[in-house]
Amino acid sequence: MFVARSIAADHKDLIHDVSYDFHGRRMATCSSDQSVKVWDKSENGEWHCTASWKTHSGSVWRVTWAHPEFGQVLASCSFDRTAAVWEEIVGESNDKQRGLSHWIKRTTLVDSRTSVTDVKFAPKHMGLMLATCSADGVVRIYEAPDVMNLSQWSLQHEISCKLSCSCISWNPSSSRAHPPMFAVGSDDSNVTYGGKVQIYEYNENTRKYSKAETLMTVTDAVHDIAFAPNLGRSFHVLAIATKDVRIFKLVPLRRESTTTGPTKLEVQIVAQFDNHNSQVWRVSWNITSTLLASSGDDGCVRLWKANYMDNWKCTGILKGDGSPLTGSSGQPSAMSTVVGSSIQTSQNALNGMSAGRYFFPPLDPPRAGTRCGHLLPPPSLIEHCDAEPVTQPQQHALLPRHNSRVLLSLPEAEEQSF
Amino acid sequence: MEEVDVEPVVTNISGIRPGKRMGFAWGPGDILVYETQNKASGPTGSGCAFIHVVRKDEDIYSPILRKLFNESHHIFVGLQTIKDDLPSKSKKPQFVSISRNYRSVIRACMEELQQAAGELLTKYIHHVSILLAIELIWNLCEVLFIDAAPAGSLLLHLLDWVRLHKSDVDEKAKGVLQSDSPAEHRDYWDVVLSYVLQGRLEDTRKMLMKQAMLQPAAKSMYKLMDSLLSKMPFYNPGGTQTLTEFDVKWRNWHEEVDRYLKDNSFASNQHLEVICKILLGDEDVLLEHKELLSTWYYFLITRLLYCHPTVKPTELHYYAQSSMMMFLDSGVPEPLDSILLAAFEFDIHQVIKDCSIALNNWWFVAHLTDLLDHCKLLQSHNLHFGSNLREFLLLEYASGLFTHHSLWQCAVDYFDHCPEFGRVYLELQIERVPLDTERKALKVLRICEERQMSEQVRSICKIMAMRAVRNNRLGSALSWSIRAKDAAFATLISERFLQDYCAKGTFSDLDLIDNLGSTMLLSDRLTFLGKYREFHKLYGEKCFSDAAKLLLSLMTAKIAPQSFWMTLLTDALPLLEQKEVIFSAEQTYELMYCLEDWTFLFHSFNTNQTQLALARNLASAIVKEGTMQT
Repeated sequence: MFVARSIAADHKDLIHDVSYDFHGRRMATCSSDQSVKVWDKSENGEWHCTASWKTHSGSVWRVTWAHPEFGQVLASCSFDRTAAVWEEIVGESNDKQRGLSHWIKRTTLVDSRTSVTDVKFAPKHMGLMLATCSADGVVRIYEAPDVMNLSQWSLQHEISCKLSCSCISWNPSSSRAHPPMFAVGSDDSNVTYGGKVQIYEYNENTRKYSKAETLMTVTDAVHDIAFAPNLGRSFHVLAIATKDVRIFKLVPLRRESTTTGPTKLEVQIVAQFDNHNSQVWRVSWNITSTLLASSGDDGCVRLWKANYMDNWKCTGILKGDGSPLTGSSGQPSAMSTVVGSSIQTSQNALNGMSAGRYFFPPLDPPRAGTRCGHLLPPPSLIEHCDAEPVTQPQQHALLPRHNSRVLLSLPEAEEQSF
Repeated sequence: MEEVDVEPVVTNISGIRPGKRMGFAWGPGDILVYETQNKASGPTGSGCAFIHVVRKDEDIYSPILRKLFNESHHIFVGLQTIKDDLPSKSKKPQFVSISRNYRSVIRACMEELQQAAGELLTKYIHHVSILLAIELIWNLCEVLFIDAAPAGSLLLHLLDWVRLHKSDVDEKAKGVLQSDSPAEHRDYWDVVLSYVLQGRLEDTRKMLMKQAMLQPAAKSMYKLMDSLLSKMPFYNPGGTQTLTEFDVKWRNWHEEVDRYLKDNSFASNQHLEVICKILLGDEDVLLEHKELLSTWYYFLITRLLYCHPTVKPTELHYYAQSSMMMFLDSGVPEPLDSILLAAFEFDIHQVIKDCSIALNNWWFVAHLTDLLDHCKLLQSHNLHFGSNLREFLLLEYASGLFTHHSLWQCAVDYFDHCPEFGRVYLELQIERVPLDTERKALKVLRICEERQMSEQVRSICKIMAMRAVRNNRLGSALSWSIRAKDAAFATLISERFLQDYCAKGTFSDLDLIDNLGSTMLLSDRLTFLGKYREFHKLYGEKCFSDAAKLLLSLMTAKIAPQSFWMTLLTDALPLLEQKEVIFSAEQTYELMYCLEDWTFLFHSFNTNQTQLALARNLASAIVKEGTMQT
């Protein structure tokens, strides 16, 4: 892995959150400077700030995008005890030319009496809904019944979790077998208060969320929590950032038809890593949940990957080396720094030399003058199984020559100009 | 396959202070990191306000490797269509030919890289060395696992393998032959020996001829060598000779060579004596020519050629291990050595495992494993959580392709051929493909539709509809929401169309509205929009009585929203005021009821003009109808 470019975020204070939109073409940043910035990726991969505005009167903890089915919508939450919903307005054409966009506040959600610590949109199949959690231990679920009128949000549920809440995550499963579910984590550090992760599930009959489970084994402060994409499985996978990284499997048990309570969950721990050796602050899954990333007070972002036998391993570490940036948009200096999938380049890092050189001793000694003389194509690719083994070097004999003419054109080559 | 026991890769991020907590965000193909701190701590001033884009894999962005990915995709798809029920005998040649196709794609890539040499060479030298290694390993796997040649043919295949990958001798020979006096060229004996080491005896003889001509005194010695070389038996798998017969013949030849060595026939010419010793497989002499052999595996093949030409596949591992030890002496084997050794040991899983550690992309392991799996060479490792090894690797490879702006289309086919998780991976990945243009959206949509991925189809249409509405492209928004079968949104957009009409008096996107057909039934408001437009058309075509009937039915059948009735009544005005009577008396009564209802509902009394027109029309209609009856 390598740093492809660095973007001068230009926030006047700490950045607390960076969030990609659904398609990965935009991102939003938020900061203690009370502002949110929106960035758009250009054709050449450069990021440009297209909007920057003051959103709150306190540090902005989190910023998050709604699904594009609902348009260009952001939610933010802040120390100022509010959460807010923002919508991009398609402005005048000269704004677009200048690379600017307009965001207007659609609503301020003022129900919390303390700092709002997290805000997350619900999975899109539930409609335009969002959940906030706050330091006073309350989870609030809001809904915009009319997606064309985002100034109307109604508080649908208020769930008291009794413990100061730090993070919330929706279960993304859209399976009919799974009622809406979220997990909330508490950063209360008093271990005697018991489990710091609670799972709530929606009950069709009572039309209320009720607690399905408390993860009793997680007694230390929890800073982040993330459900993995479901992959069509019957169970759920939850990653937790506490004093270590933990991955849990939540298996819904068959519900008896007579009971109306929430689904019972069997909780299994899949993995637990203390490699950070410190508090862990963030956990997050990639799109297909093949990789989990975590960051801790050891100054590292660690990447975790399961092999096909479900063994989890740390496969990559990102850490600051303190060296100054050489430019705001650096490119890899040579191919030797360009390395592949995380697990495969360890030799690289260990030996400090290029993967190619390490992996591959020269097959033939290169001749003077042409460094690649030994790479000349062989006379033929077809083994002469039935011929005398002594063959004359016949140029191009029998070889189904693959030249550029044979190569098919790229499927979307013309798309770029479109 | 055991889990991969390697230390994690450490990537240093300049611009972030060591030990500082980092925040991060996953993106498609990259991860964003930035320095941050506890929520509790106060302002720190500006400082490190940089966000760093950390990329995983640059390979897919190389235009030449992109061709490798594209081309191999077609081979992969071809392989998947080979029917399982064919007898394995008839499948083997197909698998071998597919394996060769994969290799020829690798070769084509290398050729292209060489053509691109010069300024790009330094950039791609890394790719070239990787491709060379990949092709070398693949070729050996093809010989040993896929072709699975038996004793006798096995050595011939291995010889071809050496000759194919150690073609520097031909380059050297060319230099020698093009010189004024080849036999005196300083590389002359290197070429001769290289030919012998590779078992290219015809070439050796031709080369020796040149020397013989220079040394008439030693003519008989050269003649003897020439005859020994020409007599060396090679196994002919297509012939009638059995392996035992060949073995006997070979042993006789070997003894003959040995006799000439022992009676010092070549003692006066050190070069010829060395050749003679090589022909006898003298390991010490072979090892004196490490330079020419260059690697232990070429040494192994030469050793087999002159000592054990009937080697069986099961015996290979023994000779391979000993050759490696003898050749490397105390040297440490490199990853490539271990991979090839594992192949000689027929340990397929080890080959795949080592390759996935040593190589920097999944292309090779995914395709090779898939092919070996089709050859039924992998024990199935079906486990409770993951899928099998083949699928695991294909999913990894295809997921990588999905981050590329055009290669994602190839990835679709890979996911299609992963029975367990392919579909759900595709669902997760394809909905993230940026829908930059309508054309791209249609492309993505088609892929989803072909696979009955109804939720993704709905979502894409909805995204496009929402985007169009935001940009005030109502026609496009309407057609996307019809495609999404999104009634609520269709209603909303129809409403917009009607508002637009009320404001401007004309419709936009007539093509679309005129051709709604049965799709207009998606929502009441859309039906009304379609019908209302139909009214305008009839009116325009001067089919006044049809138009009048339709207009009335829109109100009486409650298709039109009541808020819109006044507009409809106003539309009726010109019809009422025609000289000819269009609305019958009965129809006029109905219109009057509608007007009354509307007036009552909206408390509006500014309807004099309409009332007047209706009354006049009623009068004319009664008169007309009365006249007609009499």
